[in-house]
Amino acid sequence: MNIASLAPLAVVLPILGAALTFVLIRHSRAQRVVSITLLSLTLLLECVLLASVWNGGTIAVNIGGWLPPWGIVLVVDQFSSLMLVVSSSVSLAVLVYATGQGMADGDQDAPLSVFHPTYLILVAGVSNAFLSGDLFNLYVGFEILLTASYVLMTLGGTGPRIRAGVTYVVVSVVSSVLFLIAIAMIYGATGTINMADLAIKLAELDPGTRTLLHVMLLVAFGIKAAVFPLSFWLPDSYPTAPAPVTAVFAGLLTKVGVYAIVRTETLLFPGDTLNTPLMIAALLTMVVGILGALAQSDIKRLLSFTLVSHIGYMVFGLAMSSVAGLGAAVFYVAHHITIQTSLFLVTGLIERRGGSSSMDRVAGLAKLSPLLGLLFFVPAMNLAGIPPFSGFLGKLGLMQAGVQLGTPLAYALVIGGVLTSLLTLLAVARVWNRAFWRKPSDAEHPDPVLLAAPGDADTGTRHGRKNVILLPRTMVGSTMALVLLGVGLTVFAGPIFKVADQSAQDMLDRTSYIRAVLGDNAPVPAIALPDSEPRASGAADSQEPAPFGAGK
Amino acid sequence: MRVNLTLLTVMGALYACGIYLILERSLTRVLLGLMLLANATNLLILATGGYAGLAPIFSKETAPGDYNDPLPQALILTSIVISFAVTAFMLGIIYRTWVLAREDEIQDDVEDRRVADTPSYDAEDDAEIPVETSEFPLTMLGTDGRAVSNRPPGDETGSGDPHPDDTVRAGSAVLTVEDAAAEEKPGSTNIEPGPEGGRK
Repeated sequence: MNIASLAPLAVVLPILGAALTFVLIRHSRAQRVVSITLLSLTLLLECVLLASVWNGGTIAVNIGGWLPPWGIVLVVDQFSSLMLVVSSSVSLAVLVYATGQGMADGDQDAPLSVFHPTYLILVAGVSNAFLSGDLFNLYVGFEILLTASYVLMTLGGTGPRIRAGVTYVVVSVVSSVLFLIAIAMIYGATGTINMADLAIKLAELDPGTRTLLHVMLLVAFGIKAAVFPLSFWLPDSYPTAPAPVTAVFAGLLTKVGVYAIVRTETLLFPGDTLNTPLMIAALLTMVVGILGALAQSDIKRLLSFTLVSHIGYMVFGLAMSSVAGLGAAVFYVAHHITIQTSLFLVTGLIERRGGSSSMDRVAGLAKLSPLLGLLFFVPAMNLAGIPPFSGFLGKLGLMQAGVQLGTPLAYALVIGGVLTSLLTLLAVARVWNRAFWRKPSDAEHPDPVLLAAPGDADTGTRHGRKNVILLPRTMVGSTMALVLLGVGLTVFAGPIFKVADQSAQDMLDRTSYIRAVLGDNAPVPAIALPDSEPRASGAADSQEPAPFGAGK
Repeated sequence: MRVNLTLLTVMGALYACGIYLILERSLTRVLLGLMLLANATNLLILATGGYAGLAPIFSKETAPGDYNDPLPQALILTSIVISFAVTAFMLGIIYRTWVLAREDEIQDDVEDRRVADTPSYDAEDDAEIPVETSEFPLTMLGTDGRAVSNRPPGDETGSGDPHPDDTVRAGSAVLTVEDAAAEEKPGSTNIEPGPEGGRK
């Protein structure tokens, strides 16, 4: 019995929770207990997985005992387990936040009985996508999380949400169809959809065909990750959803796309064939995204644009194909999931306390609620990359890798990255000046709740219910936990960077991934890092050593 | 690998119709387009399995090449189920749009429109700050001699070069705009004002 065989539980536990919460749909208290318990268990399990692959190397689990490349395989390596831990911590915090909001508001804004099962299915889909070692299973993971996200996006069925939902669903379905077409073509060309097997067989293809398959996958994932020319759907659809939903979407969904791009680039199509177009896309994503953010007056929309913009940093790190660049990108993904989610959660609190998320309507929050000011200020500075926060460290890593690479395009990206960082600071400083620092009477259309006497500041009227607590302790507490996690990423940046660099090394090297899946005798096509020693994978499951050669 | 030409032709036609339909503004047509795209993709996956062969049930007499490849069919089954779920959800959304708005069209984003209509002028950030170096409360002048005070931002009647006949009042004296502007600038001839108030 290996600890690795528990990996599927990261997907199974949330699905089990979804089933239970469906059964308990009339008992909201039991639903809350079940979903929070199961998600905590999942997080615990994923921490154990991370600990076991930290030194032990990559672990592969064959589902149902079918040997790869025929059966479905789940692969836990350092990158995927790090992503699992970060994503589960974030989704647990958002779940607590959402339950707090539901308990304070009742079911008016978001029918919570549907929320819990859907949310757990979303988490299961995300875990499945992170773990999958099979291209079609990755597609299924994407579909699980997307279908759950369709429901969450249109929760309550109000006019604006339905309008945003239509855009979101159509764009997502088109990207999924593109992904499926790419899978079909890859299967037609190589006869396999196992990613480790593909890593060997794609190398034998004609370069033209390879580039076609490569571009198709990148376009499909680029839509999901919101990389520049394919990012216009995101700021249109995210801001209308309920605050916790937007927060978890912003944190997780685009990052699953980024994760898939990383896997495509490192495992399936290594080398630097498309690095130049990727770098240009990264530059445009950063600059165009942040310019969009400057034009917004709604905080949620502004944050959606910064989300798009900062995807550019990750693509930049990835496109450098160096250990330093990819390591920094991995660190940046972990940092950005935490920070972007906490900013959206704080915006939800601003909306409750100030009555609106529009900068024309809120003002003077620093005086009304200093704690809220602190909760916004820390992640905002973190996002803008002010030292000593993790955003600064991640960007510094990217810049160093860019300068190390030394090509003119890399320098252009370094300059673009600094510029984007400054413009991000400008964008969040505008929010700070308008929503927190100026007097409520200076706002263009101040919300009545801001002008109320200080005495009744703790409660207000929401959706026709009087005396609703404006800042419930659970919501503030979970937001604070996430902000602290972001600060924790700064404090423990050393070890995390070490994991990130090591996982980057492993991903570029590919040996441990391919050998963990296909057995120790699998040949690894030579590419990438000439100086890296292939590490013996001690984790290839003893019960299922798949003696599989490439000769076929 | 042999490929069925009929399958490919049908697939191409389905893709063409599907792409045409999702470009429409009517939601029902978009849904039909998505369904066609999904089915075209299913045909594509089927085509990757090669020409139809025997059912993949093992028997010793059959040569390995005679079997059909079962994996594409398993993939198609999965993708059919997924597209079924998405279609059902889209139908729900379309019905909801109909209930809410009584129309089957994709709506514009209000916030998008609002941001697009925002004038480039921002009252807080872009307000022109008049240069005031005179200790007398003259009508405030910009550095180029344009009077900028007491004028709403959208009002452009006074913009452009000042007409030489425009005048401003300075105490009891009446100055032409150009002279008044010259006085406001550093190094002006205003150092030793004449009796008429610094006329050159």
